[in-house]
Amino acid sequence: MVDDVALLEALRVGDERAFRELVTRYQTSMTRVARYYVRSDATAEDVVQETWVAVLRGLERFEGRSTFKTWLFHVLVNRARTIAAREARDVPADASDDASALGRRFNEGGMWTDPPTPFTELIDNGIANERMIRLVHDAIARLGEPHQAVVTLRDVEGLTNGEIAQLLELSEANVRVILHRGRTKVRAHVETSLRGGTR
Amino acid sequence: MKLRSRPLVCREAVEFMSNYLEGALSRRDRRRLEYHLRHCDGCTNYLEQLRLVIATSGTASPDDLNADVVDGLVEVFRRVRDESPQ
Repeated sequence: MVDDVALLEALRVGDERAFRELVTRYQTSMTRVARYYVRSDATAEDVVQETWVAVLRGLERFEGRSTFKTWLFHVLVNRARTIAAREARDVPADASDDASALGRRFNEGGMWTDPPTPFTELIDNGIANERMIRLVHDAIARLGEPHQAVVTLRDVEGLTNGEIAQLLELSEANVRVILHRGRTKVRAHVETSLRGGTR
Repeated sequence: MKLRSRPLVCREAVEFMSNYLEGALSRRDRRRLEYHLRHCDGCTNYLEQLRLVIATSGTASPDDLNADVVDGLVEVFRRVRDESPQ
């Protein structure tokens, strides 16, 4: 895979394919993070589009002190905040109950009643197979906010908890709690899908 | 009598696992979890499932990308490029 730095160089001289590659690489994650701030998918897409315009116009100013990815998400979050403020609404910190993710899996003593079994059918030679990739990304797409934004930034894009905390203006401890809840739901979704018999 | 950490039950162990993978547990809690894992196949499987899910999250899956959206952005790209000759 061509790295971001090479794509940026190509972008600076107006290479359309480089732009297409960057969009393909980041569009889904950007839309999810934008969705953390704004109410609708359509508005989130507007935020993403404005972000790309700002990035293209600001290319000369990007000095490579942070990674391109970190810069990109900073621009995105700034745009999203501006638009969310315009939408003049509270950003609900939806801590929707995730108790159902593990439901009645424990007895009164806190031990498994129905212990997890390995997802071995989802691994080929130590690597997740296509079904696993589809299930996991489907599960992330179903997460509510703020879980979707945090899981996307941490587990999909690989930002650090510190970077995410700064980006979303949360404490690192809060990021870790949200990440934990999000991962719990993603794992539960994969397990349920496997047991649900859509084999 | 010396005060010792109470062993974890499974319900508590799963609450520690994400932070365990983040390297964010205190030494004491890490030891409690690792002790529990040595004796519990269910929780060991759970941890492996989480590892697999996290590793898989980082594997690109661009197939849900809407081609119209990409094409629309490429249009935007052309406009911005042409408004400022390099």
